[in-house]
Amino acid sequence: MRHWLRGQARIGAVVLALAAFFSVPAQAADWQDTLKAARGQTVYWNAWAGDERINGYIQWVAEKVQAEYGVTLRHVKLSDTGEAVSRVLAEKAAGRTSDGSVDLIWLNGENFAAMKQNGLLHGPFTQALPNFALVDVMGKPTTLVDFTVPTDGLEAPWGMAQFVFMVDTARVSAPPRTIPGFIDWARANPGRFTYPAPPDFIGSTFLKQALSELAADPSVLLRAVDEASFAGVSAPLWAYLDALHPHLWRQGQGFPKTGPALRQLLDDGEVDMALSFHPGEASALIAEDRLPKTVRTFVLQGGTIGNTHFVAIPFNARAKQGAMVVANYLLSPEAQARKQDPAHWGDFTVLDLDALPAAGQQRFAAIERGIATLSDAELGTALPEPHPSWMTRIEAEWLARYNR
Amino acid sequence: MTAGLRLCGVRLWLQDAPLIERLDLALGAGEVATLMGPSGVGKSSLLAFLCGTLDPAFRAEGQVLIEDRDVTSLAPEHRRIGILFQDDLLFPHLSVGGNLGFGLPASLRDRAARRARIDEALVEADMAGFADRDPATLSGGQRARVALMRLLLSDPKLLLLDEPFGKLDADLRERFRHFVFDHAARRKLPVLMVTHDIQDAPEGGQVIRLESLTPSPNGIGLRR
Amino acid sequence: MLRLVPPLTLLLFLGPVVAGLAGTLLPAFGYLPALGPGIGVLAPWQALLDYPGIARSLSLTLASGILSTVLALFLAVGICAAFHETRWFVRLRGVLAPLLALPHAALAIGFAFLIAPSGWLARLISPWLTGWDRPPDIASVADPLGLSLTLALAMKETPFLLLLMIAALNQVPAAQMLRVARSLGYGPATAWLKAVLPLVYRQIRLPLYAVLAYGLSTVDMAIILAPGTPPPLAVLVLRWFNDPDLAMRFQAAAGAVLLCGLVVAAILLCRGIETGIARLGIIWAAAGGRGAGWVARILPAVLAGTIGGLALTLSILSMAVLGLWSLAGAWRYPDALPPTVTLEGWMRQADAVAMPLSTTLWLAGAATLAALLLVLGCLEQEQRRGHGLSQRGLWLLYAPLLVPQIGFLFGAQILLVRVGLDGTAIALVWSHLLFVLPYVFLALADPYRALDARYTRTAQCLGAGAFRVFWQVKLPILLRPILIAAAIGFAVSIGQYLPTLFAGAGRYATLTTEAVSLASGANRRVIGIYAFLQGALPFLGFWLALLLPAWLYRHRSGLRGVS
Repeated sequence: MRHWLRGQARIGAVVLALAAFFSVPAQAADWQDTLKAARGQTVYWNAWAGDERINGYIQWVAEKVQAEYGVTLRHVKLSDTGEAVSRVLAEKAAGRTSDGSVDLIWLNGENFAAMKQNGLLHGPFTQALPNFALVDVMGKPTTLVDFTVPTDGLEAPWGMAQFVFMVDTARVSAPPRTIPGFIDWARANPGRFTYPAPPDFIGSTFLKQALSELAADPSVLLRAVDEASFAGVSAPLWAYLDALHPHLWRQGQGFPKTGPALRQLLDDGEVDMALSFHPGEASALIAEDRLPKTVRTFVLQGGTIGNTHFVAIPFNARAKQGAMVVANYLLSPEAQARKQDPAHWGDFTVLDLDALPAAGQQRFAAIERGIATLSDAELGTALPEPHPSWMTRIEAEWLARYNR
Repeated sequence: MTAGLRLCGVRLWLQDAPLIERLDLALGAGEVATLMGPSGVGKSSLLAFLCGTLDPAFRAEGQVLIEDRDVTSLAPEHRRIGILFQDDLLFPHLSVGGNLGFGLPASLRDRAARRARIDEALVEADMAGFADRDPATLSGGQRARVALMRLLLSDPKLLLLDEPFGKLDADLRERFRHFVFDHAARRKLPVLMVTHDIQDAPEGGQVIRLESLTPSPNGIGLRR
Repeated sequence: MLRLVPPLTLLLFLGPVVAGLAGTLLPAFGYLPALGPGIGVLAPWQALLDYPGIARSLSLTLASGILSTVLALFLAVGICAAFHETRWFVRLRGVLAPLLALPHAALAIGFAFLIAPSGWLARLISPWLTGWDRPPDIASVADPLGLSLTLALAMKETPFLLLLMIAALNQVPAAQMLRVARSLGYGPATAWLKAVLPLVYRQIRLPLYAVLAYGLSTVDMAIILAPGTPPPLAVLVLRWFNDPDLAMRFQAAAGAVLLCGLVVAAILLCRGIETGIARLGIIWAAAGGRGAGWVARILPAVLAGTIGGLALTLSILSMAVLGLWSLAGAWRYPDALPPTVTLEGWMRQADAVAMPLSTTLWLAGAATLAALLLVLGCLEQEQRRGHGLSQRGLWLLYAPLLVPQIGFLFGAQILLVRVGLDGTAIALVWSHLLFVLPYVFLALADPYRALDARYTRTAQCLGAGAFRVFWQVKLPILLRPILIAAAIGFAVSIGQYLPTLFAGAGRYATLTTEAVSLASGANRRVIGIYAFLQGALPFLGFWLALLLPAWLYRHRSGLRGVS
């Protein structure tokens, strides 16, 4: 079953990927013009800013593109990516079709789907980026298919995420390895596990992870939600949560607001496990003394959800060329390697390492994987993200059930 | 005849209640007139009207002529009428010399000349060497004298005194009274004084008594 | 020119607020032309009422807003009643000013660090006293009842009410009243409540309503301290405004209107209760109970002293724990103090902090300067024209403090986008000015009006024109109150969260926006740095406002008493 799902996703993705690949003529010759136009532009990059290590990385990128391309990069710090989407929407509604306030936006999933659907994106532009050729579109199909929605060249992949669990092994020797296993574990260890409240994306991903393991036929998750069958498909999830919640932190009456907040609870010893979308994050935090040295990462037996996160350019961006230069730089081996280094962030690359020139390969080879990071083999192949409509629908239903 | 001060048909209302029905007055150079009457009758307001600083709650008509020049519609700072209150009102943020300098017309530009005038005034006040002092450190008598010197340095054509001796003790009062009238006489300034105490009035001056026109419940005008 | 200042101030000030309210009201009834054809008039309200957890969100909003206001008022009145005649009362002002300056967000963050199950307080007494070898699973922060939010709000607002009450006390013959009542045999607290409170209450009514409105509509404190499932209404509304699904804006607008309605209702309720208490109070006062027994004498002092002292201690500890975290190495439960202290965090963040720090400074500086110019212009014009601000004018001035920020900022943002001013420095400064101006006016009006008018007359009669009188007499004499008003305005600007977010189009990060967004879970050391700086800046402002005139006028003892 599980294999079938993966196979389906991969074949679909490849077809779409190839379609995208050939639909846009290569524009390499124009790149020099883009570079020229970008020089002197100020790019307002709206990006989630809840993690100062990521903020630090973005700051580093800003210094680099300033030095190398004369592009001034400003990080507009968001606490929720939806803020930027809604801003672009509001600008479109107000009739501002140029000179928009957002030049570049870090997004994926339902935010991309919303922007694409509303015609809020500039492009396709990824084929024009020289470094896009380095992306492992075959091995990492989610670089072209974002939560089952084809990117159509409207967003450039930036990093690979896979859902992982962190556990403090000083307190827990045998963490659960299946979704149902969490109920038994929580019953035996009341108050020591929780997940961030949706619509926080880590919390929502936990729900999607649970649903893909609990649903009778996970393949329906790859298609848009069918209202008629939603109740039936999602029923096992709600039964599961109803059983799990009484044994959670604060008896499931309150939840941490974000993924980082949950991580902080782990460091404070209020809970024994935390969730993350960055397999290297635990190592990085241990190195910074922000998690106990005894924290390790694990994934579930059936695999965990993985996805790609992207950057996109709004249709009314003021500095489109500058934004493209930044997007291209983000795909450079230099930038990707630094991002993968747990000392800086620990977010996996979207590039095809085997296809890189030797210098680029060496950069990646030199990165310490970190004490708590799983090997690629241990991580296994990521499960595909459900269609974004599932996320929206599950979040709404979760609110209806547990937000009272 | 040229009068130092002439008031022609001055009337004063507080809101719509008449305070002063009609006042005419002529005062020659160096003459002193004393204005007396119960509280709330409009004595101080009359002085404010002369100065051009009447509170907008009051209404006035009539003319104020100084050396035959009608100043009624001039801004206060152009009337050249000096006023001395019960409190010395030395500016607390300026030194004694600074206060005196505030009184000196800005047209006197030369710094050394200004300084000389200030020192001269201090000598006159028997306070030589006090220029850099903080006014708050002076005695009551000294402060009163500085206030008068500051006023005289502004070269007024008329001197108004609003119960100027009220807060001084008997001994000081007498000395300061002489100080004021001597200086006024020396400069041939007409003086209009408001007081409760007939003893304050110099001999031979006019005395004007204002009567209450409307019975006022609390006897005082608006003070914000 | 000067004549134009008051109307200009009102226009600058209230025009966009009114426009913003309209811009919120229309979509609340399904009309937002920019989004294409409108929806049904009542559809947004249906969606609002159908939102899961709306009932709990509303009760949370009302409970924390009203309870915190009542607590703050009781505490402020209690402290005044119990300590008015003591030596400490004079010194209280010095303690209150810096507490007032502490931004809401910094206090909330520090308070959360303090009272969390693994927070500093628990660490100080664990495990030796409590037996907790790991943090207990109790909801002390973001508790479902909103108690932590209520407490923090009360802690933050008590100094504000107290300061205004002390200012009001100076305008009524409080000391005489008290003396008369005491000589008639009344105990100190009873005498104060029966003879003085009725005099000062009238003067603190508007500020009290502002406190109530703030408590009901706070976003930054609620993000940090309130529960999230569901949060108070203001946070929900903000969430909906930011939802990628634009249709949610109708619902958000309805929620914002509902919040405005709640504030109006709460103020009316407050007014009603006031009237009731006033009636009962008259009966109580006329009944002649002296409250001179030892219980009535001691109890208010003990209660007000203990609770006030506790609130003060918690506020100070909240600031201290921010500073401590900014310096901490690894610091885990149950270590009472960080085992290692390091400046590394500060050095690492120096670059990142520089930008929001400078934005915070220029923004607060510009808003404060603009507010000072307008307020001084208004006050000067008022003196020249001769009549002061009417009661109605005062309400207008207070309007931005009485209307929930989220109620008009959304509409104002649409307006700004329309005229192409969103995300500009002008829009940002204006949005701060809205909240800075009322406070600067409040702080400056009394000292300005209290300046002996005869100084002006004397100066004029010495030949000084109005301009020279203003610059060379009024401003220098009033330097201290002007600087204190500026420090208050500076502090208010630094504390602004929502206005920065809305008018700045997210492009301007201040210490406050950074601290609030980091507070959702980032590195405590970094949060500590931002929140500590955020709290320290206003404090620095006050310190300068006190020291600068003291130094400039060190040889002018006559100015020391002027405040």
